[in-house]
Amino acid sequence: MTWKAQSGHPGGSLSIADILAVLYSHEVRHDAKNPKDPDRDRVILSKGHAAPALYAALAEAGYFDKVEMNRLRKIDGLLEGHPCISIPGVDLTTGSLGLGLSGGCGMALAARLQKKDRVRVYVILGDGECNEGQVWEAVMTAAHFKLDSLVAIVDRNRYQNDGATAQIMDLEPIGPKWASFGWHALEIDGHDLDQIAGALDSARRVKGRPTVIIANTVKGSGVSYLIDKPELHYKAPSTEQKESAFKDLGL
Amino acid sequence: MLGNYRDALGRAFIEMGNEFRDLVIVTADVSKSTQSIRFKQLFPDRFFSVGIAEQNAVGVAAGMATFGIPVIYTAYAMFATAKPFEQVRNMVAYPRLNVKIVATHGGINVGEDGVTHQAIEDVAIMRAIPGMTVVAVADPGEVTAALRAAIQREGPVYLRLPRASSEIIHKDEGKLRFVIGKAETLREGSDVTLMAIGMMVHECLRAAESLAAERIQARVLNIRTVKPLDEEAVLAAARETRGIVTAEDHNCMGGLGGAVAEVLVRNYPVPMEQVAVMDVFGRSGEARLLMKSYRLTAEEICLKAKTVLQRSQERSAHHRAVN
Repeated sequence: MTWKAQSGHPGGSLSIADILAVLYSHEVRHDAKNPKDPDRDRVILSKGHAAPALYAALAEAGYFDKVEMNRLRKIDGLLEGHPCISIPGVDLTTGSLGLGLSGGCGMALAARLQKKDRVRVYVILGDGECNEGQVWEAVMTAAHFKLDSLVAIVDRNRYQNDGATAQIMDLEPIGPKWASFGWHALEIDGHDLDQIAGALDSARRVKGRPTVIIANTVKGSGVSYLIDKPELHYKAPSTEQKESAFKDLGL
Repeated sequence: MLGNYRDALGRAFIEMGNEFRDLVIVTADVSKSTQSIRFKQLFPDRFFSVGIAEQNAVGVAAGMATFGIPVIYTAYAMFATAKPFEQVRNMVAYPRLNVKIVATHGGINVGEDGVTHQAIEDVAIMRAIPGMTVVAVADPGEVTAALRAAIQREGPVYLRLPRASSEIIHKDEGKLRFVIGKAETLREGSDVTLMAIGMMVHECLRAAESLAAERIQARVLNIRTVKPLDEEAVLAAARETRGIVTAEDHNCMGGLGGAVAEVLVRNYPVPMEQVAVMDVFGRSGEARLLMKSYRLTAEEICLKAKTVLQRSQERSAHHRAVN
């Protein structure tokens, strides 16, 4: 998709691919035929620049024709560079970092107000995104209102736009930070499907506080040319790179 | 008779809470100064304060609105527009969510708190966002009607209130018709038109009285909606009177004056003058004294009205000379 678009964020999309696969195939109650079902679970891609991964998951689930993926970021396409609410299956407009968790808090509060007890809200954040002050405002809010239907998943791929998170703005100790704000904090391998499913199960059992899953991931997971290459954060693949990526992924 | 916007807003919140049974208020630790505390007392389940976190507050409001709930976010104009601008733009306006931003403390009439709390850019900021409706109430008497109109309108609305007490123009709230996109004619006149938002509407009425004593008949419009602007009323004023004075407790750029000038330039240019904060910051001080010091007064409106008439006369003379 990013090769066709010749813009976008391939590495940060690949690091959450396994998480999205588990969410949409196993965890989230959703129905592509009824995308506006008021009783559905909500998914927010707060790290909106990983939109290609979300769009792939939504297309796979049947929210729109897969052919749309060829028109990512194109003027005649459905799929905007960052997710927006007009795209079937997208529950919150995102892209500017730091916004999503606040929206998730609002959704969890709204579900409580409307007595939709089954509705759960999943927010995927980047680790670099946690530099944003608004994230921590929302972290406080979720704990204050005891939003146990809310799950935050932090894609801990250890890189942000300008380099390694440890160099740009150190986040550690990230799990204990969330825990000290009153969250149930878990740390997992974000590419181990069983661990992802297990953490989501654990979140469901916790009452009275929200859960954060710090998912240790690899930026560009599965694609050798992208791994540990922060300079490729916002770089579309060349044709050669695309071919090597497809080979790596067995496509 | 003086009235208080704060009390009026508190009453309006309660009335709307009764009328719209799913209406929710989100605020950021300013429930007393916005009087949303009165809504909280009656409808505790529908009131949410997220602490001193305005950007988060707008995000929470947006998230709730995706559930089909009408949401009011209320705060000082500075903390409803400037601080969470990006959240308003990207989380509320772009997805066209039903969040109503109800701002108190618009303008230098905030007074003693000084510059950091005096929003003189808020109308310009909100007006620049695609699809945003921008409403400003003229007096405490029309607060309830304006809030109702904002809630009934689909999509995002910015509603601006001043802080200082002000003269009551609308004494019979029951009779009030508040239509978004329509200006209210408070006085007929054919020489010059005075159009204003907020507390300056009453100053225009005072100015019109003084002008009448000098045999100048001024039309007075309470513009109410800066966006969408009542272009019909503006152009009627341009055609039927000899010029326009706009008046606002807001910077002279991008607010009411800017909006009116854009319409005139595109359609029917006539002499126009502005009474506004002239691209400077305010300062601390008692509201009335500040308004005087920054020339947001009936006297200034009179002067500008005469300038408009003078320019109009010069223009006619020039046209005659050319022809």
